[in-house]
Amino acid sequence: MKARIVVTPKKTVLDPQGKVVANAIQQLGMQCVSEARVGKYIELDISGENLELTRQKLDGICKDLLSNPVIEDYRLELEK
Amino acid sequence: MEFAAKRRKNHKNKSDRKRVRMKFGVVQFPGSNCDQDCIHVIRRVMGHEAFYLWHKDEDLQGADCVMVPGGFSYGDYLRCGAIARFAPMMTAVKKFAAAGGIVIGICNGFQILLEAGLLQGAMQRNRRLKFQCESVHLRVEHASGPFTCKAQEGQVLRIPIAHGEGNYFADTSTLSELNRNGQVAFRYCDGMGKTTDEANPNGSLENIAGITNRSGNVLGMMPHPERASESILGSEDGKVIFESIISWIMNHGTGRKESVVLSKG
Repeated sequence: MKARIVVTPKKTVLDPQGKVVANAIQQLGMQCVSEARVGKYIELDISGENLELTRQKLDGICKDLLSNPVIEDYRLELEK
Repeated sequence: MEFAAKRRKNHKNKSDRKRVRMKFGVVQFPGSNCDQDCIHVIRRVMGHEAFYLWHKDEDLQGADCVMVPGGFSYGDYLRCGAIARFAPMMTAVKKFAAAGGIVIGICNGFQILLEAGLLQGAMQRNRRLKFQCESVHLRVEHASGPFTCKAQEGQVLRIPIAHGEGNYFADTSTLSELNRNGQVAFRYCDGMGKTTDEANPNGSLENIAGITNRSGNVLGMMPHPERASESILGSEDGKVIFESIISWIMNHGTGRKESVVLSKG
């Protein structure tokens, strides 16, 4: 199985890095870009067959370790 | 006779002093780099006992106060403090804190305590996206509790910071809870004690530089009091925090006994 996890700063949280990136994109001529949010991408290779059980466990790992729920959201994609 | 009595009295005082030497345990993670500064200040400046607590151990060795020092635990991988919070020693520190033990986290130590859930909120990158290494002013918000009982309310301390992720964030309800319960220990301010935006080095909400937990026995602060406890280093203002801890434990005791009972159970 392969898991792809994207961690991004919450919408309610000011993302100083994203702000700088958005400014840089605008300076390169794309004024249409109004916001950027910089996060993390984590890829996992997983052995085993039980998709649902793995998803449940990974959800816990995402909350406990891979993201900080105070400031970050995560999106978990899991496929065989 | 009088002289002998005086000598006996002096001797008694001396042995009294010896008996009340506090034990400070300084947690060592791979990447901690302020651990030795903490040990130095406690031993040489404050004259108390200090020893290291290895992150893989679970024994606090009878520490009266646990210090989680600054540095870059586990290379700051993933998020600052995110990996360190799972160290076996942190399980012991959590039990100790739950039993009322005095815990102070400085810089990376603060970040670890936040990740471990011992303190509320989270750290983000500094708003200027730079590692800020400079002397800042802090205002003491409350002159009470284990960490500031020897300070004055509104006192301005000059203590250095050195961090890239010290931009304190908490949601609105947490923030008002912290204010309501008097959990904000220090705020960044100017030399006159005004909490202006210019005096805020990292963009922390409401200029917050240090907070405690609800019961007041756990403190996290970004500035480094251990780097400002000797005049040769340019400031002795940080000393008041260690003096407070020592005086508090002398007068109120420590959560150590309860934590021993807890860990046995």
